[in-house]
Amino acid sequence: MLKQKININNDIVNTQEAVVQIEHLKKSFNGNSVLKDINMILSEGENVVILGKSGIGKSVLIKCIVGLIYPDSGSLKVFNKEIAEMNPRELNTLRTKVGFIFQGNALYDSMTVKENLEFPLRRNKTITDSHIIEGLIVEALENVGLVDAIDKMPSELSGGMKKRIGLARTLILKPDIILYDEPTTGLDPLTSREISSLILNIQGKYKTSSIIISHDLNCAKITSNRMLILHEGVIRAEGKFDELKNSTDEWISSYFKTD
Amino acid sequence: MKLNIKKIFSKKAANENQDEFDFSRFKNIERFLNEIGGLSRFAGNFFCELFRPPYEHKEFLKQSYNIGLSTLPLIGITAFIMGLVLTLQSRPVMVEFGAESWLPGMVSVSIVREIGPVITALICAGKIGSGIGAELGSMRVTEQIDAMDVSGTNPMNYLVVTRVLATTFMIPILVFYSDAISFFGTYVAVNLHGFISFPLFINQAFDSLHYYDLFPATIKTYFFGFAIGIISCYKGYYSENGTEGVGKAANSAVVISSLAIFIIDLIAVQLSEIIHIFSM
Ligand SMILES: Nc1ncnc2c1ncn2[C@@H]1O[C@H](COP(=O)(O)OP(=O)(O)OP(=O)(O)O)[C@@H](O)[C@H]1O
Ligand SMILES: [Mg+2]
Repeated sequence: MLKQKININNDIVNTQEAVVQIEHLKKSFNGNSVLKDINMILSEGENVVILGKSGIGKSVLIKCIVGLIYPDSGSLKVFNKEIAEMNPRELNTLRTKVGFIFQGNALYDSMTVKENLEFPLRRNKTITDSHIIEGLIVEALENVGLVDAIDKMPSELSGGMKKRIGLARTLILKPDIILYDEPTTGLDPLTSREISSLILNIQGKYKTSSIIISHDLNCAKITSNRMLILHEGVIRAEGKFDELKNSTDEWISSYFKTD
Repeated sequence: MKLNIKKIFSKKAANENQDEFDFSRFKNIERFLNEIGGLSRFAGNFFCELFRPPYEHKEFLKQSYNIGLSTLPLIGITAFIMGLVLTLQSRPVMVEFGAESWLPGMVSVSIVREIGPVITALICAGKIGSGIGAELGSMRVTEQIDAMDVSGTNPMNYLVVTRVLATTFMIPILVFYSDAISFFGTYVAVNLHGFISFPLFINQAFDSLHYYDLFPATIKTYFFGFAIGIISCYKGYYSENGTEGVGKAANSAVVISSLAIFIIDLIAVQLSEIIHIFSM
């Protein structure tokens, strides 16, 4: 039941357990139906990229996974537990295991970079030893290559740096699942490639499972083990990057046209 | 869990004849009741979070410091002018009745009982309320509150509890400060027309003050502070998306907390009358 049925010829990923399981998920806002019938699985250790046009509901989908938005109906299980049935304490515990990178970074702009990273640690893990906290902060910043920025304010950072600090702030809690909302949008191709390989490194180093939302085909190519295409409220296509790219289906390959 | 009055009414409307009654006029009532319900629930959450660790002493002190620092000059100037003007305005009447020596006492009673607390609270509603509304509003719009939520850091506890506590404890202190400066303004005004020594002035002023002037006046300032804090946090915390929402949040934080101050004042005056009668 937990094994993945699709893509039989893929790598080890498919024999892993599902960490996120979504079945018949529906969500509408004021009568405007955004997600109509979503079925998907995220397996342990896997990077899934979700493609889809702007405004199709990609952000809404991953916000449902962390309980920021509640679906109207359907089942949404994370680590085999239904989100809708969790009490606030359970939800909080879950949220420390699921990292979320916001589309707009959402850095706390009244705090320095260091305080931004310290905040989730201090509030969650009740670590009081400042040496340990310092060590974890430096480790997280080293991971994203921004140790120099430790005392800067978010307003002093460039777009790419903000993205990376956002990533570091998520990594510091050592999450098992990371949800990336358009991690490379608005960045130059070089920086965007750096971020993509960073995502890949994190997957290798911390054995995380990730959902990555992106319009950026290069990012999708580098990071994805599997891809989904979201269209009009349902997952319309699924497969590896190359499979989808070389698909004979006119509609699918239109997502991969560069000109 | 919003009160869905619209649904209830529209159901009724379907049963009766729809043309007879225009239910759109209930829209404002519905919005008003929703607001009251939301605010009460928010205040309930506040009290739940109040005793839940971690306690953010540092953030509380920082907020208190900011509140005090940002309003000190403004309240000082206003309070001084208030004492001065009140004395100058009352003086002719008092002179007419030959009760000039009662002037310090009369002015001090009106400052301590009514004008000091209310004017100070109104200034704070404008200055602090709009600040909190805009700050939390922009944190909501830029998804910073969501980010705190998804990292399990409990923003209600960190952002709201500290700010509401800070306003609740700072406004009484600011009122005390404002009363003191107003007394000084009164002293200056009294001295514009003749001389009265400071000890004598203080003596006259405090002679007319009783504990039943001071006690309710102090208690109600805590409620003023709490109302400013909780209303501004509520408006900011649930501000609608967009920059416009931030402006609206700041604006309605000021308007609603000012209104709440007058309502609390009315209730406080009635209550202290009753208590005073029974304690005689
Ligand atoms: N809180 C909300 N209230 C009402 N409508 C919403 C809300 N959040 C999202 N929507 C609507 O849901 C739809 C999908 O929004 P979403 O942000 O998920 O798009 P997206 O696929 O992430 O687009 P983009 O790539 O531009 O970020 C939009 O039409 C939006 O108007
Ligand atoms: Mg989005």
